[in-house]
Amino acid sequence: MFDSIFAIIWIFIKIIAIVLPLLLCVAYLTYAERKVIGYMQGRIGPNRVGILGLGQPFADFLKLLCKEIIIPSASNRYLFIIAPILTIAPALAAWSVIPFSQDIVLANVNAGVLFIFAMSSLGVYGVLIAGWASNSKYAFFGALRAAAQTISYEIAMGFALVGVLLAAGSVNLQEIVLAQQGGLWHWYWLPLLPLFVIFWIAGMAETNRAPFDVAEGESEIVAGFHVEYAGMSFAVFFLAEYTSMILISILTVLFFLGGWLSPFEGIPGLQTAFAFVPGFVWLVIKTCFFLLLYLWIRATFPRYRYDQIMRLGWKILIPVALLWVIVVSAAIICKIGPWFS
Amino acid sequence: MAQAVPVRVRPSAPYNGGFDMLQTYLPVLCFIVIGCVFGLGPIILGWLVGPKRPNKAKLAPYECGFEAFEDARLPFDVRYYLVAILFIIFDLETAFLFPWAVALRKIGIVGFSAMMFFLLILVVGFIYEWKKGALEWE
Repeated sequence: MFDSIFAIIWIFIKIIAIVLPLLLCVAYLTYAERKVIGYMQGRIGPNRVGILGLGQPFADFLKLLCKEIIIPSASNRYLFIIAPILTIAPALAAWSVIPFSQDIVLANVNAGVLFIFAMSSLGVYGVLIAGWASNSKYAFFGALRAAAQTISYEIAMGFALVGVLLAAGSVNLQEIVLAQQGGLWHWYWLPLLPLFVIFWIAGMAETNRAPFDVAEGESEIVAGFHVEYAGMSFAVFFLAEYTSMILISILTVLFFLGGWLSPFEGIPGLQTAFAFVPGFVWLVIKTCFFLLLYLWIRATFPRYRYDQIMRLGWKILIPVALLWVIVVSAAIICKIGPWFS
Repeated sequence: MAQAVPVRVRPSAPYNGGFDMLQTYLPVLCFIVIGCVFGLGPIILGWLVGPKRPNKAKLAPYECGFEAFEDARLPFDVRYYLVAILFIIFDLETAFLFPWAVALRKIGIVGFSAMMFFLLILVVGFIYEWKKGALEWE
């Protein structure tokens, strides 16, 4: 009896040990976003709060905390409150199966990929409910656009995952990473290059980030599905979006860039020289690169039009992904080396 | 960082209805609970700390400063429905592909050709809806 209570408390401690650093990363991702985009546009970004503006995320948090939470009179109150919770819960829960290193994983479940896929699909409910419950035209249009866009890109993302599962022969995230062992050229970015690109683009569209941010589209539908949200209820949406961004980045690394594996594996000299670096550090470095890519893309590309987004998703990404799944499965049947032998 | 305790089903243990397998999902369940707490917590905190001074204009739906002209639940474009229906078909397809992908090395050429036949049917449907203009958003 006490054993099981202790076990559950221990699980909760481990979860907090994942969630708190994650939320700190989210806070500094917002800072990094403003700073990086600032420098890319010849500005300096936030620099007032603390040294180099490092206190900015906390100032933002305090400001949002002290704002009134407005619940519009025309809204469906309960759905309006539940919507942000429905958005953040799956975005956080997906982290339970992420392996951070060879043996650091909270729940080493067999169907890890399936679970993450399910959780990322659930995110659309929060957006849809938020838009519906607000009872505002902008929110409604934003929610419709976001829902249609998310489910369209989810198909392309699903096909990309099928390619990974084909190559790895497992649904367990740790086994997928370990199947990529053998150095830079054995990671799946090379044999699954089209799927790698598709997964990344679909991931950006799933998280409603620029250039696929028509769901929020500040200049046309003001903020889309969360136009009626203020204060902390808005902050929860914000939190969920950035958590999903980090999640997509780390998933791209796990599926296509060897997760925690060292890039110098198999290279004589360098392999031993960098053997002291723990796997977790490699994972963080690779994930940071993709987070930077998110910001870089946002600073570089203008927003797509809605019909262009749908065309890209349905007419380009899905056929290419389907084709490459067939190519990979044929390569596995024919045992084409060095990846599929 | 927390250490993982991998729970494995011992081959010698008697079958207990997949309980050991389900046990690995306990942290996942706890994580979902924590996720809800981290969603609800800030909102309650903000509700406690923030001011509460509602007025009629503040609580009205936002419509660029005008009073809302009509109910926001307008009829919308049927193509959103179409996308949702197409999504169901393709999502089912990925659901079929997942177990097939994991098992391909075991089921070999027979499983491969069976899935290719299945995909062929789907691709025919996909081309049909493409030609019918179901994917157009002009």
